[in-house]
Amino acid sequence: MPEGPPPAPAVQKLRLRYAKRGRLRFTSHRDFQRAFERALRRAEVPMAYSAGFTPHPKVSYAGAAPTGVASEAEYLELSVARRCEPAELRALLDTSLPPGLDVLDVVEAAPGNLAERLQASVWEVRLPEVEPETARKAAEAFLAADSVEVERMTKNGLRTFDARAAVAALEAVDRSDDEIDAGHQGVDGSSDRPCAILRLVVRHTTPAVRPDDVLSGLRLVADLAPPVPAAVTRLAQGPLDAETGAVTDPLAPEHAVTSTGNEEL
Amino acid sequence: MPVESVFPRLEPLLPKVQKPIQYVGGELNSTVKDWDAAAVRWALMYPDAYEVGLPNQGVMILYEVLNEVADVLAERTYAVWGDMEKLMREHSVPQFTVDAHRPVGAFDVFGVSFSTELGYTNLLNALDLSGIPLEAKDRGLDDPIVLIGGHASFNPEPIADFIDAAVVGDGEQAVLQITDVIRAWKAEGRPGGRDELLFRLAVTGGVYVPRFYDVDYLEDGRIQRVAPNRSGVPWRVSKHTVMDLDEWPYPKQPLVPLAETVHERMSVEIFRGCTRGCRFCQAGMITRPVRERSITGIGEMVEKGLKATGFEEVGLLSLSSADHTEIAEVAKGLADRYTEDKIGLSLPSTRVDAFNIDLANELTRNGRRSGLTFAPEGGSERMRKVINKMVSEEDLIRTVATAYGNGWRQVKLYFMCGLPTETDEDVLQIAEMAKKVIAKGREVSGSRDIRCTVSIGGFVPKPHTPFQWAPQLDHKTTDERLQKLRDVIRADRQYGKSIGFRYHDGKPGIVEGLLSRGDRRVGKVIRAVWEDGGRFDGWSEHFSYDRWMRCAETALAGDPVDVDWYTTREREWNEVLPWDHLDSGLDKDWLWEDWQDALDEVEVEDCRWTPCFDCGVCPQMDTEIQIGPTGKKLLPLSVVK
Repeated sequence: MPEGPPPAPAVQKLRLRYAKRGRLRFTSHRDFQRAFERALRRAEVPMAYSAGFTPHPKVSYAGAAPTGVASEAEYLELSVARRCEPAELRALLDTSLPPGLDVLDVVEAAPGNLAERLQASVWEVRLPEVEPETARKAAEAFLAADSVEVERMTKNGLRTFDARAAVAALEAVDRSDDEIDAGHQGVDGSSDRPCAILRLVVRHTTPAVRPDDVLSGLRLVADLAPPVPAAVTRLAQGPLDAETGAVTDPLAPEHAVTSTGNEEL
Repeated sequence: MPVESVFPRLEPLLPKVQKPIQYVGGELNSTVKDWDAAAVRWALMYPDAYEVGLPNQGVMILYEVLNEVADVLAERTYAVWGDMEKLMREHSVPQFTVDAHRPVGAFDVFGVSFSTELGYTNLLNALDLSGIPLEAKDRGLDDPIVLIGGHASFNPEPIADFIDAAVVGDGEQAVLQITDVIRAWKAEGRPGGRDELLFRLAVTGGVYVPRFYDVDYLEDGRIQRVAPNRSGVPWRVSKHTVMDLDEWPYPKQPLVPLAETVHERMSVEIFRGCTRGCRFCQAGMITRPVRERSITGIGEMVEKGLKATGFEEVGLLSLSSADHTEIAEVAKGLADRYTEDKIGLSLPSTRVDAFNIDLANELTRNGRRSGLTFAPEGGSERMRKVINKMVSEEDLIRTVATAYGNGWRQVKLYFMCGLPTETDEDVLQIAEMAKKVIAKGREVSGSRDIRCTVSIGGFVPKPHTPFQWAPQLDHKTTDERLQKLRDVIRADRQYGKSIGFRYHDGKPGIVEGLLSRGDRRVGKVIRAVWEDGGRFDGWSEHFSYDRWMRCAETALAGDPVDVDWYTTREREWNEVLPWDHLDSGLDKDWLWEDWQDALDEVEVEDCRWTPCFDCGVCPQMDTEIQIGPTGKKLLPLSVVK
C-alpha cells in the first residue's frame, strides 16, 4: 500500500478546447497527452490526482483527431484540487504548450456529459492539384450512393465497413481567403495551382468514419485519386442539429452560464 | 545568402511515414535563430533514430552552449528511417535539421557525436543524403567541415577518410574554440580555402585532422608509424578536459520532445570521470580524472531543469553515481524536496554494496520496490580480479540479502562474457552466484516470490584500456559458453525457475570489435556495408552480420589483414596501435603494466582514496581530481503553501 496522505480531492472540473496546428498536427494523441501533462506541471496547475501506486493527474480526453490531421476543435476535461480562474488557466496553459498546440478556451464544467455532446465533426479536406469541379462531381456521386464499403487497416487487420451512412453532409466549397488554413501553410500556398476543398459533416459512429475513409470512398465511387496527400482539418465538433444539419458549440451550456454572469455556479 | 527551409517539400511526405512527429521539430526549449545574422552555423547530429538521439546529453549540451553565443547558430539532425530515406531520395529532399528544416549541406560545421561505433553507416547515409561528398578529400570550399566527437572519436581511424576532423574528450569548451577559429577564417575571407581552415584547427593541438597524418604499414599488416605530413601539426592530439562542472551547468533548458523517446527525464550529470579502474571500461579510462558537480550545483540544476521541462523523473547520471562524495545528502535532499510533487528519482550505475540499498530505499520512499540492478561483471572471483572489479561474493550476497529484506522483489545482475583469460568454468560460476542469491533471498524475505535476472553482454576490447592488446573471444565460443550457462540454469530444479537469463549472441560484438580497434583500412569495409544497404547497425532487426563479413572479405581482399586479425588477435607490447597518436593522457606503459597485472590477477585501488598509481592522466593533461565533500546541504525550497 502506498504511504502518505490520500490525494487531494477534486474541487472543480474544467473543460478545455484546443487546436493542433501547422507541423504539430503530426503529434499523435499519446504525444499530446504527454506534452499536456508536462505543460500542467510547468504551469504548476494544482491538479487533482487519481489514487494508487502511480497517481495520475485527472484529465480525460474526448475523441482525438487522427495523427496528421489538424484541428481547431479538440476537447478535454481536467479536475483541479484548488479552484482556478478559467481565463487565467487558458493563458497559462497556452503559454506553457509549444506554439501549434494552442489552448483556445477554458470553461468551468456545467452539468452534463461532454463526450455525449460530441456527436459529429465538421472536417475540411484540401486536395491540392485537384480541380474543384472534379471534387464536386465525386462528392455528388458519393452522396447518391446508398452505401460505400471501404477498407481500412486496423490493429486487428483489414476491416471493411460503410463510410456513407455516417456522412451527414459533403460538399465542394469555393476557396476563400477567410477560411481557416492555419493548419496547412505550405501545402497549397501557391494560388496558381488548383486546389479543391471539401467540407464534410460526419457523425461519430462505431466504427468511426474518418475523413480518410470518405476519401477512400470518393476513390471507389468516382475514381478521385489526389496526387498529393490531402490536408485535413477538423473545424468543429459538437451536437448535431437534426433539422439544420449544423454542428453546434458543445460548450454552449457553459457559455450560457458565463454570458449571464452567473459566477456562483 | 538566405537558405530555404525544405519543409514545404517535406510536408507532403510526412503522412506517408511512420511517426512523422520525429521529423517536425518544435520541441519545447528548441531554438531557431536568424540564419543571416549568424557568423558560424553548426548542424549537430546524433547518428541514430530521433527516439534515441534526442535525449542524448552530449548533443543537448553542445546545442545549448553554441546557441547561447550571439552570432552562432546550432540546429539538430538525426538518422532518418528507411521509409523516410526512400521518399527523400525519390523527391530530392536533402538531410535536414529538425529545428528550421535547413539542409545540412548549407552549414559551416556538421558535428556528429558517436557514443558507439555502430553509428558509422548512419554517418555515411547522412552525408550522402546531404549531398556532401563521402570522402573528405572530395569536399569543396562550401561543404561543411565534418567533425566528430564522443567516446568513439578516441579511435576515429576507421572513419578517417569520411571525416575532416575529430575532437577528443569533453566538448563544451572545444566547440567554442573551434567556433572562434572558423569565425576568424570566414571574417578574413576564407584565406587558403578548406585546407587552411583545417590546418588552423590542427595546430591548436586539440583537433585531429586525419589528412595531415600519414600511416605506413609493415608487410605483415601492422602499422609501422603514424606521422604528421606537414610542419606545425602536432605528433599527438590531446583530449579536452572541462575542469569545473559547476561552471558548466548544462543542459539548463533540456529539450522536451513531443515524440516518445528512450529517456524521458531530467538528467543531471553529477560527476564526470571514474577511477574505479575496471579494466574493460573505456569510459572509465578516457574520462579521467573524477570531477564532481557540487551538491548545491546539482540541486540548482534539478530545480531549474524541472521548471523548464515539466519532467516527472530526475536521473542522476555518472559512470558510478553512488561514488559521489555526498550522494547520501543529495538523494535525501532531493527526496525531501520532490517526493510530494510525485517526481521520481533514479540512480543508474550503482556499485554492489549495502550502502546502495539505503540509497535506493531513499529514492523510492513512496514508490514500488520492484527491481534493483548490480553489475558484478565477472562470474568468478578470479575473473573479477582480472577485470579489477573488486566485489567479493560475500559482498554481493550481503547486499542482495539487504535488498530482499527491504522489500525489493527482483535483483538484476549484469555480467560480461568473453573477458580475457576466461574459461567455461568462470562463466558457469554465474549460475552458482544466481542460485546463492535466490537461496538468500528466499531465506530473508520468507517468500518464494522473488526473482534474479542474469543479463550478459559480450566483451569487446576497446582502445585506451589495459585490454586494448587482448584477443577478443570469437562469436562461436561466446555463444557456446552462454549456451552451457543457460543449460545449467535451466536444469536446476530448486532455483532454475526463479532465475531469468538474458543474453545477446556474439556476432554484433565482432563487428563492434572490428570498428573499435580498426585502422584506416576498415573504412573500405564501412563504405561497402553502407553501399550494400547497411544502416542502423545498433538495432538487431537491421544489423546483418553476414553483410559485414561478406563486405569485409571483399574490401580487405588486397590487404594482409582480415576481421580475425582486427578482433581475435592478441597484440604485442611493441605494436603501434592505430590510436596511439590520440592522447587520452593514459601512459601507454602504465596501461601495459595494468594489462600484465590483469593476467597476474592483481588488483589496483582507486586513486580517490589511495595514493596516485601513475596512470599518467593528471600530469599529462594538467588536471586533478576534484571531489567533495563540501559539507553543504540541500535545503527545502518551498515556502509555505
